Parts: sequence; structure tokens; C-alpha cells
Amino acid sequence: MSTAVHGHTHGHDDHAHHPTGLRRFLTTTNHKDIGTMYLWFAFAMFLTGGVMALIIRAELFQPGLQITHPDFFNQMISLHGLIMVFGAIMPAFVGFANWQIPMMIGAPDMAFPRLNNWSFWLLPPAASLLVVSLFVPGGAVAAGWTLYPPLTVQMGMGMDLAIFALHILGMSSILGSINIITTILNMRAPGMTLMKMPLFVWTWLITAYLLVAVMPVLAGAVTMVLTDRHFGTHFFNPAGGGDPVLFQHVFWFFGHPEVYIIAIPAFGVISQVIPAFSRKPLFGYTSMVYATASIAILSFLVWAHHMYTTGIPLEAQLYFMYATSLIAVPTGVKVFNWVATMWKGSLSFETPMLFAIGFLFLFTIGGFTGLVLAITPVDIQLHDTYYVVAHFHYVMVAGALFSAFAGIYFWLPKWIGRMYDEKLGKWHFWLSFITFNLAFFVQHFLGLAGMPRRIPDYALQFADFNMVSSIGAFGFGLSQLLFLYIIVKAIRSGEKAPARPWEGADTLEWTHLPTPAPYHSFETPPLVK
Amino acid sequence: MANVNVPPERYYLPAPSTWPITGSLAMGLLGFGAAFTVNFLTVGYILLALGFAVLVYMLFGWFGTVVRESEGGRYNKRVDTSFRWGMSWFIFSEVMFFGVFFGALFYMRVLSVPWLGEIDQKLLWPEFSPGWPVAGPGITEQFTPMGAWGIPALNTLILLTSGVTITLAHWALKRNNRGALIGWMMATVALGITFLGFQIYEYGHAYSELNLKLSSGAYGATFFMLTGFHGFHVTVGTIMLIVITVRCMKGHFTPEHHFGFEGVAWYWHFVDVVWLFLFIFVYWL
Repeated sequence: MSTAVHGHTHGHDDHAHHPTGLRRFLTTTNHKDIGTMYLWFAFAMFLTGGVMALIIRAELFQPGLQITHPDFFNQMISLHGLIMVFGAIMPAFVGFANWQIPMMIGAPDMAFPRLNNWSFWLLPPAASLLVVSLFVPGGAVAAGWTLYPPLTVQMGMGMDLAIFALHILGMSSILGSINIITTILNMRAPGMTLMKMPLFVWTWLITAYLLVAVMPVLAGAVTMVLTDRHFGTHFFNPAGGGDPVLFQHVFWFFGHPEVYIIAIPAFGVISQVIPAFSRKPLFGYTSMVYATASIAILSFLVWAHHMYTTGIPLEAQLYFMYATSLIAVPTGVKVFNWVATMWKGSLSFETPMLFAIGFLFLFTIGGFTGLVLAITPVDIQLHDTYYVVAHFHYVMVAGALFSAFAGIYFWLPKWIGRMYDEKLGKWHFWLSFITFNLAFFVQHFLGLAGMPRRIPDYALQFADFNMVSSIGAFGFGLSQLLFLYIIVKAIRSGEKAPARPWEGADTLEWTHLPTPAPYHSFETPPLVK
Repeated sequence: MANVNVPPERYYLPAPSTWPITGSLAMGLLGFGAAFTVNFLTVGYILLALGFAVLVYMLFGWFGTVVRESEGGRYNKRVDTSFRWGMSWFIFSEVMFFGVFFGALFYMRVLSVPWLGEIDQKLLWPEFSPGWPVAGPGITEQFTPMGAWGIPALNTLILLTSGVTITLAHWALKRNNRGALIGWMMATVALGITFLGFQIYEYGHAYSELNLKLSSGAYGATFFMLTGFHGFHVTVGTIMLIVITVRCMKGHFTPEHHFGFEGVAWYWHFVDVVWLFLFIFVYWL
């Protein structure tokens, strides 16, 4: 009797019978469709946030006020940050998780396919709240993506829209993460023990745990801002016994793990790409797992290194300085392992590998500047200068974004069954690499010389480096149009890809599935030895 | 129902569904509606009401589908395990959510309020002497703090008792004793509603007689945020209990297969444990 029930209820028994067109994507319960939507949504948001970045850089091209009103400049700064973090990078990696995790662990799909659809479709309403906030009286939130009170308690309606956008984004992340954790813990193929999982899956297990732990914290923080704004509470007002610094504590208790939420899946992608193009197994797999877990645990214990200049007690400053420096140890283990994987490997330098190596160099620079900023007396000089801007763009762009590019070039053949244009891919890498450094390396010098961040005007001595930075930023932005062209070209007219275009790649999606991957991957789980 | 005993071998993968996108529409309407409502725009109330209606429609539809699939025997052991993991992690995220507001309470009591009484604040607020409960140096309006040993103590007893009754209901379900199951479920629901009734009465008492409001500084903000957020969770929990009771009456669940029941019981126990912390740190100490 139960077989009869399958026959007609299992969506996956009838391959061709999913709805087509828009309806397919609105109602889909397929992890690949949902992964694709996440990735395209992330790219659209990447361009949106990118245009905002270019407005910022255009204003900063020369000293003096040229093209934006200072308040609009502040709105651009804030929305650029929010959109890039919550709209571009996080959804991009959730897109990877959706596509890859079921294929890499030999599962038929995600554990909760309908919930998976909802997690994605919560993003467009949240993004529209943020974008619409630009057009309400008073404009969008203009206090930076960190939303510090008292500024955010005083702002107009745009702030309320941002608060509810963050609530919905948080919901999406929590539901998506619960789904990912459950999939990894419960849907692995027989024989796929935890310590046999590809490292990308491990990194997502840890990331999803971080997300479930800290997205509610952000929701709580903005909820208190909301009640301070409209319901008369005094959480962040000293007259009522509160403290604006309380917000910073809560925000960074979310915000610092958030940094690793963005970085750890990037580590996962790099840990798949480097072994594939070194034709060697990953060096120190076990230590990689433990290093990732250590980074995740430490990320909860270091939040106030963002707050050295708020007047927190000396003991706290010392503790947070030492704890933060400790993160360099597991991070060092990871960088060492990636380099050791390449050591005496049979290396080849296709586009994914180029981006991975670019990641390795630039992320390491970002890590080192992070270590510099962890040192309290140094940070007190550099706090809120362009040094900080340079630091986190090395981590976010050269770290997370480069690894996302590496992952897309790496897995695109499996996803669409066609190869990208290798020559253009290399062009994309070199253009991105050079223009990125042009845009951001000079910002270290600006910061060391004392140029403050989030200000639309600056003193004359900063003019040259700012001009270089703006040229680099526009070059970087334009290079990403080349990326779009490469992807569209690959989808339309790329060469047919073989099942294993990279002979060094040995995870299940390459060894057990045809190219392109079928709509339903593993209806019967593979046996992993 | 009969094929519950012959669970399918394969993991159940649902067909394409319109419920998630309906839920997203609801959340979008609620987001815009709430943002406009707090700014007193009429369109806000309309969007909020609309969003709420769509949300309720979606919840009925989506959960209804899940219940039908479950009763139709589509979920095997592995799907059941997925639900268990999913519910556990959801409750973990709720723990973190409550953690924020407890964190705010501890931060104010232990750090920010005492700091406001230190010497460097004397120029601004010479009269202020920090202590707890307190509104804050800039608030002159007096209030009386909420005592612990009246209604709050009674409410503690009520919630603890409800934890016992839901366990008795669970045991009855496992023995397949439907009468006792429904009886204990009804008792649990009744205790939940009583708790909420007392809580509403307490809020009225705070506003009308104690002059304790949301705007009563540090004490008022943390008191109402924590108890209000908890009360919201009890409300949701009670609705979940009612749904489960109705399902029990309709003959759903078997002694072996009843995660819908257990998930709600976990949630109820979680709300109960949070209340104990609330009673200790908000009312008592």
C-alpha cells in the first residue's frame, strides 16, 4: 500500500512535471532551483550595493562636496553596508549551500524543501523594505550599517523600514540555517560520517550554527531601538538608566560572529578549490575542522574589540585584546593548511584557482590588519579611519567575494553543464585583482594618515590616494559586468562540460553525478566508503 | 491512517507549494504595515490587518497540509528525526532571543545604572542614587515595582503545574488512553489561559495603580520587554496547545508517532523554563 502512496505523492518521481516559468520559481521545492534564485538575487543586490559604493567613491573622487548631499551620502554608506552584507554575500553563500550540500552528502534534497523556498522568498520583501526606505520622508537609514543609537533613535521612517527589513532577513536566515543544519545532520548518505564530509559542508554546518545563535540577537537589538523610538522605553537613554553603549554590545555580539558567518563558508569553498587544482587531498583535514570550530567559538568572545574607544573599562579592553589575538591561531592553521596543500602539488591555474590564490594573498592581508586593529592602543588611533575600511574590505571583498567567484567558476560546469570562457575568466580575475588593490590598498595609507570614514569631504592632503581609490573602485565595478557577460555567455553558448571537468575534484557531485546535475540528485543515496 | 504502520522507505519530498510565497507576501505586508503604523499612517493599519489575515490563512493552509501528509503516513522515521532537529534548533534560536533582553537587564542593573551614580555624573545628576528597582536619573515620575509573591508566584505555580499536566497527557497518549489525553490537554490549555489572564490583570494593575509603565526607565523597559515577550510566547504556545487538543479530539496521533504533540510540549516546557528565570531575575531579586 505504501508504494502506491509514493507513486503519486512524491514530487520527485515525475521529473518533467514541475510547473514552468515564473510559477516554477515561486512554488519550487527543489534545492537547485532555490540555490539558483539565491545566487541571482545575490548578484542583483551586489550590483545595487555596488552602484551605491560607486556613488560614494564618485563623491570622494575629489575633496569638497561634488555630487551628493551629505545626508544622502550617509544613506548610501548605510544601505551599501546593509545590502552587501545581508543582500549580497550572505544569500550568495546560502545559494552555494543549497546547490552543493545535498549533492556533496548524497541527499535527495534539503530536509525541509518548502521551508527552503520560504527562506529565499522572504528576501525580496526585506530588500524592498530597504530600497523603499530611500523614498520615504527623511530618507533611508543614515547611521551606518551598525545602526548605533542615539542617531537611530532620532531618525525618520526609513529607520523603521530598516528595522522590519532586518527582522524579516533574520527570519530568513534562521529558517534557512535550521534547514541546513538538519540536512547535514540527518540526510547524509550511508557511510558519510561527519569526519568524511567535504570541508565545504563542515563550514556550512558551523556557519548555520552561528546564524541560529546570533540572528535573534540582532533582532533583539533592533527591537529595542524600535521600542525606544516609538514606545517610550529607555534602553539606550542614560536619563532612563540605559546606555547607548548597550546597543553596541548587543550589536557586536551579533556583529562579530556575523563576520565569520561571511568568512567561514568562504573558507569552505577555498578548501574545495585548492585541493582540486593542486591534485592533492586537503592538507590537515581534521585540523581544518577543529580550526573552523575554534574560530566560531572564539567569535562569541571578542565582540568588544569593535568598541575600544567607547570608554569600556581597562580590564575589558585587555581581555578583548588578548582574546581577539587568539583568533589568529586557528586562522593561521587554515592559511598554513591551504599553502601546505599546494606544496609539491601538481598545480594548474584555471580561473577558480586564480581566485583562490588571490583570496589566499588578500585575505591574509585582511587578517593581518585585523590583528593590528585588535591591539587596543593601536586601534584607539585607527578607530573609524579608512584603515578599518581597508581592513574589512580585504576580508569581505577579497575574502568572501573572491571565494564566491572561485566557487562559481568551479561549480558552474556541474550546475549548467557548460564551461565558461577560460580566457575571459582569467581577464575577470586579473582585472578584479588589480582594481581591487587599487581601490583598497591605498585606503590603508589614508587611514594611517588619519582620514575618518563615513565623511563625504576630506582634507586636501588625502586627495591623491582618494583619486586612486575611486579609479580602482570604478574599475572593479566595471569588471563585474564582464563577470555577468561570462556567465550569460556560458549559459547560452558555453562548450559542453564533461562529468568531471576538473580531474582533481573528488567529491560526490563530481564522481557520482552526470553533468549537468539532474533535477533530483540522489533519489537513492550512494554508498560512501 | 492505516499506513502509518508501514512507513515509506524514501524521504518525503513535497511537491511545489504556494504556501511559502503566500507567507512571504504576508511578511512583506506586515513589514510595511508595521513600519507605517508606528508612524501613524493610515495605510499602515490597512497593510498590517491585511498582512495578518494572509498570515493566518497561510498558517492554516501550510500546517493543514503538513497534518494531512503526516496522517496520510507520508513521513518515515527519518522525516521525524528532521522535525526533531528542526524544532530543537528553533528553540535554541528563541533562547538566544530571550538572552538579549536578559542581557539588557543585567547590563543595566550591574553596569549602566551604577555608573550613572558615579562621581563623573554628579554635575549632571547630583541627586541620583543608583539602586534597583530604579527608573533612571532623568525620570522624576515615581512608580512602585511589581512584587514577586502575589500573582507572579501564583503564575509560577500555574506554569509548573501545566508542565506536569502536559506530561500526564503525553503518558496518556503513549498508553493510547484518549479520554485522559484530552482531559489533561484541556487542563493544560486552561492553565495557559489562566496564566495569560493573570498577566493581563497584572499589566492593568501596573499601569493604573503602580504607575509602572514602559516609559518607567530601566525598570519599566526591562520589566515590560521581558514579561511582554514571554507573554507573547505563552500566547503562541497556548494556541499551539489548542490546535493539538483539537487534533487529539479528531483522533490524530498514534502512541508511536506523534511528533506534532511532542514539539508543542517541548515549546511549552521552554516557555516554562524561561518564566522561572523571569520570576527570579525580574520579579524576585
